[in-house]
Amino acid sequence: MNTIGHFQYVCMKTNRFLSNADCSPLKKMQRLMHTEHNNLRKPSSRVEPVPARRASLACVAALLLAGCSGDTHLSFLDPQGPVASAQRWHFVEALAVLVVFVAIPVFAITPWILWRYRYGAKSSRYTPNWNFYGPLEIASWAGPVVIVVLLAIIVWRDTHALDPYKPLASDQPALRVQVIGYDWKWLFIYPDQGIASIGVFALPAGRPVAMQLTSATVMQSLHIPALGSQIYAMGGMVTQLHLQADRPGRSLGENNMYNGNGFHQQRFTAVAMTPEGFDAWASEVRSSGIALNEQILKVISQRSTRAELNAALSQPRSPDGNFYFSGATAALFPAVVMATMGGTMVAPAKAPQEPANTAAPAARKPAAPATEKVQ
Amino acid sequence: MNLSDILQQPLGRMSPESLPFWQMLHDPTEGNVINGVIATGAASMVVIGAIIAVALITKYRKWGVLWSEWLTSPDHKKIGIMYVVLAFVMLTRALIEAALMRSQQAFGLGGGFLSPEHFAQLFSTHGTIMIFFVAMPFLTGVINYAMPLQIGARDVSFPVLNSISLGLTAAGAALVMISLCIGKFSTGGWFGYPPYTEASFSPGVGPDYWIWALTLASLASTLSGINFAVTIYKERAPGMKLMYMPLFTWTALCTSIIMIFAMPPLTVATAQLALDRYLGFHYFTNEFGGNMMHFVNLFWLFGHPEVYILVLPSFGVYSQVISTFSGKALFGYRSMVMATTAIAILSFGVWLHHFFTMGQNANINAVFGIASMLIGIPTGVKVYDWMWTMFRGRVRFTVPLIYSIGFIYLFVLGGITGILLANPTIDYQVHNTVFLVAHFHNVAIPGALFGLLAGYHFWFPKAFGFRLNERLGMVSAICWIFGFMLAFFPLYALGLMGLPRRSVAYNEPSYVPLEIAAFLGAILLTVALVTLVVQLWVSIKHRDENRVFVGDPWDGRSLEWSVSAPPPEYNFAVIPVVTGRDAFTIAKEAGNAYQLPDTYADIEVPKNSAMGPVLGAIGLALAFGLVWHIWWMVILFFAAAVVTMIVHGFARDTNRIVPAQQVRQEHRRWFDAVAAAKAISREDERKSANQGLAEQALPGVPA
Repeated sequence: MNTIGHFQYVCMKTNRFLSNADCSPLKKMQRLMHTEHNNLRKPSSRVEPVPARRASLACVAALLLAGCSGDTHLSFLDPQGPVASAQRWHFVEALAVLVVFVAIPVFAITPWILWRYRYGAKSSRYTPNWNFYGPLEIASWAGPVVIVVLLAIIVWRDTHALDPYKPLASDQPALRVQVIGYDWKWLFIYPDQGIASIGVFALPAGRPVAMQLTSATVMQSLHIPALGSQIYAMGGMVTQLHLQADRPGRSLGENNMYNGNGFHQQRFTAVAMTPEGFDAWASEVRSSGIALNEQILKVISQRSTRAELNAALSQPRSPDGNFYFSGATAALFPAVVMATMGGTMVAPAKAPQEPANTAAPAARKPAAPATEKVQ
Repeated sequence: MNLSDILQQPLGRMSPESLPFWQMLHDPTEGNVINGVIATGAASMVVIGAIIAVALITKYRKWGVLWSEWLTSPDHKKIGIMYVVLAFVMLTRALIEAALMRSQQAFGLGGGFLSPEHFAQLFSTHGTIMIFFVAMPFLTGVINYAMPLQIGARDVSFPVLNSISLGLTAAGAALVMISLCIGKFSTGGWFGYPPYTEASFSPGVGPDYWIWALTLASLASTLSGINFAVTIYKERAPGMKLMYMPLFTWTALCTSIIMIFAMPPLTVATAQLALDRYLGFHYFTNEFGGNMMHFVNLFWLFGHPEVYILVLPSFGVYSQVISTFSGKALFGYRSMVMATTAIAILSFGVWLHHFFTMGQNANINAVFGIASMLIGIPTGVKVYDWMWTMFRGRVRFTVPLIYSIGFIYLFVLGGITGILLANPTIDYQVHNTVFLVAHFHNVAIPGALFGLLAGYHFWFPKAFGFRLNERLGMVSAICWIFGFMLAFFPLYALGLMGLPRRSVAYNEPSYVPLEIAAFLGAILLTVALVTLVVQLWVSIKHRDENRVFVGDPWDGRSLEWSVSAPPPEYNFAVIPVVTGRDAFTIAKEAGNAYQLPDTYADIEVPKNSAMGPVLGAIGLALAFGLVWHIWWMVILFFAAAVVTMIVHGFARDTNRIVPAQQVRQEHRRWFDAVAAAKAISREDERKSANQGLAEQALPGVPA
């Protein structure tokens, strides 16, 4: 089989693993209403009361339907994993407290005051010099204090429970993934599988994923709303993120931190597969992916969108806009961190006048050579 | 840089390619032509606007008046007015940019018509302008105008410094306008995070335009803060204790203190970035030990208090407006003062909530999240106290009050989404999405802008001697309020649906209806601004029917209403003696609001000074030289700045005397007008009958 043929095969496989991830609005709603039973794993951080959860579902149903485009899950209000699910609950909880105790009283009392004490209402009581009444003052302070104390408790509890650095409790070992942010694509490295991908982030449903992130360029922010938190990726630094998908399906992944012209195209699909499906996919990529060598990494590290990257790759092209690599090792990630931190000196005066779209390799630090050194 | 470089490149990095239409002419693809036409159109508007202004001033021979009566004037009232004019000019540009961005996003499914780089410049200039050259000059102008009058002062403590602040702010604004015509502005957003804005990733002039515009603006604001704080501490009329000050003055004081402490971190951060870019330092680079997180910390150490710099003066305006138009003393004055100062102090302790997602541990995030929510307490108290001020009042639905009501409703929503964002857990989801964009517009527009517009309507008659057209003002206010709702409520939903901020295009068809709604909102907001301009035009035309020379059109409560409209340059013929809060109301109730003194004294006022416009022009030239690496220009104007300041140091004769005779004459003329005016009830306050004299109810008898 020639190289292109291999790739079509990998893509076909990817789609097959996804085929049970249907998201027609009706099915979606049915599934949402039975989330508890469908979960492969319940949220480890907290157990949610079912009735409250149902009520919150009703509140956000409209948004959810709007938030489902094609078959990709866009929002944490349509959660696909325990983290996003707990975040949705936290959101509804905090919003409910604020709406009930802050918005409704002000929204109800203000029009009444305005009507009752309008200028034309001469029969209403008028006290031009009344400017202090102790109990009312105390109430005005006490109300917000109580609300904030209430919220502070929730914040303290959930900030710790949902800390993105905290490993998710599970009886399965976490899947290690190392993520490198390039302009304008994310490289997902699976060191234990020896593979990597761009444009697709595959993960086995029901098993936690432990991610390490860095950037080979400017600051970026990795976000898969339907799975959980976002976290910044920064050059020369390593951040962490723990996520989990509960069931097979596709979720939108993106970069939230502006990083230039291709920013809006730095999207990817997080594809949750069955554990067997994931293993099959990994071994498929391992056997037929592009070898992730120095030359390829150099092309990846250029400022380019995925389409531009595809055009820049001389031989193996990607038929579905995504890239699959074999030969990825655990040494690559730390090497990129070190290379970015080390850098190459660029004299500002010598830098080009205006950046062209795909341009200025001279101004960028090639990550690959250093990588090779470490390897 | 050496001498031969300077001689070989007298224009630095400037070249024909820096012109906005260059790319379109050399590579006329459809996209390039559309973007080139838009950019060239915008640049022409700046150039043509400048030419028309110059032509009109020349035609009517107003250069002399402009120079001697306005630009060199140290009078806080004229400086205040010039600040507000600057704010409106810049507001026009930034609002057009907003509408352009909204239209791009409305058609942004899979593309749209703007190039990503053009869009990035739009959001960067929009944010930079709205914060530094609309909100800041607007509030500085309003404080400048109203605060000295409220405390019974003749001027601010350092009138020439005040003029210099204006000059530097205008220079920063001019630099941003110039960036439309030559070169490109930064694409790094209003907070310009490195390393994106470092030379290796953004080698062009864009970030340099941004750095120097911000440097000019931040220096100006630091100086304004010092000036206002000293004025409030030292220049209050006899008897005006701190706890007798009108609430607007309190908020001005707190804002000034925040300015003094919050602006320097910005100046330092942008200076460090400049060192990185110009001299190859590595403060914030990826490599050689640089760390961008330092910039982020410094920037938000400024950036969060900045939010309260913007919003506190408007809180002050709302307090004055609600109290005045409810015909009632402000409820809970002490609480309001405590809340204001509490906000000012807390504002310095919450900056980390701008980057919960940067990988701090959960303890730090939780502490800063809770600290951020604490600000909700004093803010909540304020909202309640405004409500209790209207309770048992006689509420008149004038334009400023409409803005205040719109504010109470919308700000509560903005506060709620703020508290949601203060939850690290939720922030992890909505940070850097358009939910965040919706939130900060939700506090900035109803919170800051509506308040300043309310203040504009409230104090306009004081400044110019006639009232603004009420009907058009109402139309404009309604358009602002509903335009805001239409433009930004959809963004909350879009953010929850995963749309990152600053996206030039998107692939989700489900975003389109909400984007179109937001676009319609942007159009409505543009209509609101146009209506304001028309209102000004109509009001000037009909000014003679709406004169309020006596000076108290709204039955005002603080001292600024006790003098003529417009006030004399020395503000008070005789400095009032204050015996309590709402000093003017006390005087009116006691029946001694309008009294002729036995004798008049000479009054010392500051002489005109060219320092403001001259330092402003030098600052602009210096910044321009730095942006384009025109080193001879940098050296020349740096030297000019130093020399100018040294020369000014020798100026000794800086005051002039307004003779007692003239004071007497002007005061008598006003007093005759007071005697001739018919006092009106509040029923008639929006009619021609309102000459600025308020009918006084007898104590205990409802008016």
